[in-house]
Amino acid sequence: MGKEETQFDKTKPSVNSNGYRVVGTRPIRPDGIEKVTGRANFGADCNLPGMLTGCIVRSPHAHAKILSIDTSKAMKLAGVKAVVTAADFPELSPKHRGAGESPVSFRDMSRNIMARDKALYDGHAVAAVAATTPAIAQAAAALIEVKYKVLPHVLDAREAMKPKAPVLHDDIFTKGVDPKPSKASNVAQRYEFSLGDIDAGFASADVTVEHDFTSQCVHQGYIEPHACVASTTEDGMATVWASSQGQFMVRNYCATVCGMDISKIRVLPAEIGGGFGGKTVVYLEPIAILLSKKSGKPIKIVMNREDVFRATGPTSGGHAWVRIGAKKDGTMVAGELVMEYEAGAFPGSPVHLGCMTGFAPYTIANSKSVGFDVVVNRPKAAAYRAPGAPIAAFAVESAIDILAKKLEMDPIALREKNAAREGTQAAYGPKFQKIGFIETLEAAKNHPHYSIPLGPNQGRGVASGFWFNIGGESSAAVHVNEDGTVDVVTANPDIGGSRASMGIMAAEVLGIDVSRVKPIVADTASSAYSMLTGGSRVTFAVGQAVCLACDQVVAQLCERAAKIWDIEVSDVEWLAGSAVNRKSGKAGSLSLAEIANVAGKTGGPISGQSSSDVQGAGPGFGTHICDVEVDPETGRTTVIRYTAIQDVGTAIHPSYVEGQLQGGAAQGVGWALNEEYIYDDLGRLQNGGFLDYRVPVASDLPMIDTVLVEVPNPNHRFGVRGVGEVPIVPPLAAVANAVSAAAGTRMADLPISPPKLLAAMDAK
Amino acid sequence: MAKVVLQADVARDFAGGQTEHEILADNIRQVIKQLEVAFPGIAQRLSERTAVAVDGEIFQDPFLQSVQPHSEVYFLPMIDGG
Repeated sequence: MGKEETQFDKTKPSVNSNGYRVVGTRPIRPDGIEKVTGRANFGADCNLPGMLTGCIVRSPHAHAKILSIDTSKAMKLAGVKAVVTAADFPELSPKHRGAGESPVSFRDMSRNIMARDKALYDGHAVAAVAATTPAIAQAAAALIEVKYKVLPHVLDAREAMKPKAPVLHDDIFTKGVDPKPSKASNVAQRYEFSLGDIDAGFASADVTVEHDFTSQCVHQGYIEPHACVASTTEDGMATVWASSQGQFMVRNYCATVCGMDISKIRVLPAEIGGGFGGKTVVYLEPIAILLSKKSGKPIKIVMNREDVFRATGPTSGGHAWVRIGAKKDGTMVAGELVMEYEAGAFPGSPVHLGCMTGFAPYTIANSKSVGFDVVVNRPKAAAYRAPGAPIAAFAVESAIDILAKKLEMDPIALREKNAAREGTQAAYGPKFQKIGFIETLEAAKNHPHYSIPLGPNQGRGVASGFWFNIGGESSAAVHVNEDGTVDVVTANPDIGGSRASMGIMAAEVLGIDVSRVKPIVADTASSAYSMLTGGSRVTFAVGQAVCLACDQVVAQLCERAAKIWDIEVSDVEWLAGSAVNRKSGKAGSLSLAEIANVAGKTGGPISGQSSSDVQGAGPGFGTHICDVEVDPETGRTTVIRYTAIQDVGTAIHPSYVEGQLQGGAAQGVGWALNEEYIYDDLGRLQNGGFLDYRVPVASDLPMIDTVLVEVPNPNHRFGVRGVGEVPIVPPLAAVANAVSAAAGTRMADLPISPPKLLAAMDAK
Repeated sequence: MAKVVLQADVARDFAGGQTEHEILADNIRQVIKQLEVAFPGIAQRLSERTAVAVDGEIFQDPFLQSVQPHSEVYFLPMIDGG
């Protein structure tokens, strides 16, 4: 055996059981050391010479007309350099609308960032001041005199829909109703999705169940408060350092809200301490830019926890009424869902997504989902994992639990009987392509958790959930360095492990060790446009861009090898990180590093770049099992076992995927058992901190088991599906079904706090 | 002719409540153009806040996506996420 043949043999790919070399392995996270040693720079860590501190003045009223704002006393305070109010922002018309991950009204966004005529919730920003120290900034904020005319307020969607409710906006006329209303109201839009004949469906049912459900608005609960630094120069340029879910999102939103050219703003992404959808909008950045313009100095603004709760987007609370009709054998023949979601101070709750997702896991020939988007005097709702879906799933999955008991069927068997499959027409219209819902139900049924005997006061709940997942505009660049290491440059903040997954996919395509790949998150001046990090799109869509850029690199590497060997490129194959000479009688190979080392002699730098609008995201389904124990003396619920099962397509880095499932389940448990906003009679938030707004901590939860079902998405190179949204959809109902079983009474009002549960058990 | 389905609220606002339409078109842009001819004002609504599913695959911010004679086209609200 000759030397060249030996080298050739070494290039035979060595793959794992999933057919890949690197995909599906668990390398150490590339950002781990910086984060655990405290070296990573988050939003508040940026400091610049001469930097001032910005402080926001917030409305103490839930609903008030702003009569006047007098900043003169504040401006006279030594150390105060600038004050801004809504008068400093350009007035945007309702026609200013943007596209992107989610359509936005820039007029509303501007008025949410800084109240213009009315303060619409407790904590609504009405002015901002910049000063040389935080203490002076706070003192100056206290000197800004705002005169209000306090108006009646409304916090609950159903209350806000009543004829005599205080109306927040005089220009909201309900869309989607006939006849078109002539009177302004708090109902921004009515949505409806229908399939088949709902009346005929219910008429054919042997069994019908119906129930009302209520859930409260909850915060995303990210650990890192919003923070940014903005610095402007005399030539009209602005540089922004911000913690967000998208540096291009920050740039675009700031440009529109501040009336600037996009090219005049550069945004550098900080590390992000959690977002979950809550950092897909801007609150501070435009204010910091305008304060910097006025003062000529860099401005830092950092929210405290109370600011985060009072002024940044929770997800909606809402009401849902659901009715399901079924045959005696469990075949569901009709489903109806009516929901009202609290949008907060401006339209845009995710009620339409609740309507689309509620019945989506099931084959139901006749369904109707109606949703109302209702404005109330709370902070404007922002995205939160699978926006809108958990509330709808809470209602539908609880009703299915009721139906299973009525039919004396196992709840998983009932779901299996009706589960959506490839070709099923979803309740929102289109037919599903390749999906893996039924596989999650089978995995749940066969999981040891499902057969563990329960003790006294214990109950078991099951629930399923669905999310669409999305793709979108994505860019990536891949640069081969002289020593054969590779930089993978993308422009999406790493929230859920995107550095690791980009590195793994690049290593897989290039055929090199993942330790040779350096993933880099670039700023807006150093990368082509990418949509924000959200909707579980990055591993899927940006991953596709990385793969395509790597394909270009591989093509160039093969061309260079052909030049070195003086053969046609068609005689070169890329195999396991090396170019292989396939020309008869001339077997040999050149590694990526060997080719990179002589790149200067064969044509210069080797790199690839891909920008495209990636589509074909595969929908995700999950099924969760939850065991609880309730204390009949106190009403306290303890989650004793929890298993999250999900079709994840292909898990690129399974540890991160398992973490997504565990995190979503933990947040869902908090939503189900503890979390809610407490307001006083005047609409002022009373629990704006983690001591009183109770998110689950480690000691509240068991180790959450996960099962990764892998039904590859046919539209992705490696079969990726988004995984971060689905895990928060089933937990509300899984927990509520378990508590209802343990307590012997249906719990339909979240959170299931100890007093509420105790009262329900006492009332049995 | 492709089967084109509007959301009920869009149909109510622009198309007299009729959600289902038969349209011969090569792509989404042409579908929207033809809908605009029949229902003036609908194009603006469909171009601003709408995704589209063509034969089961959802496209955000649609424009030039290909439509086959027997395609099923569903206009949907844009889908975001956390």
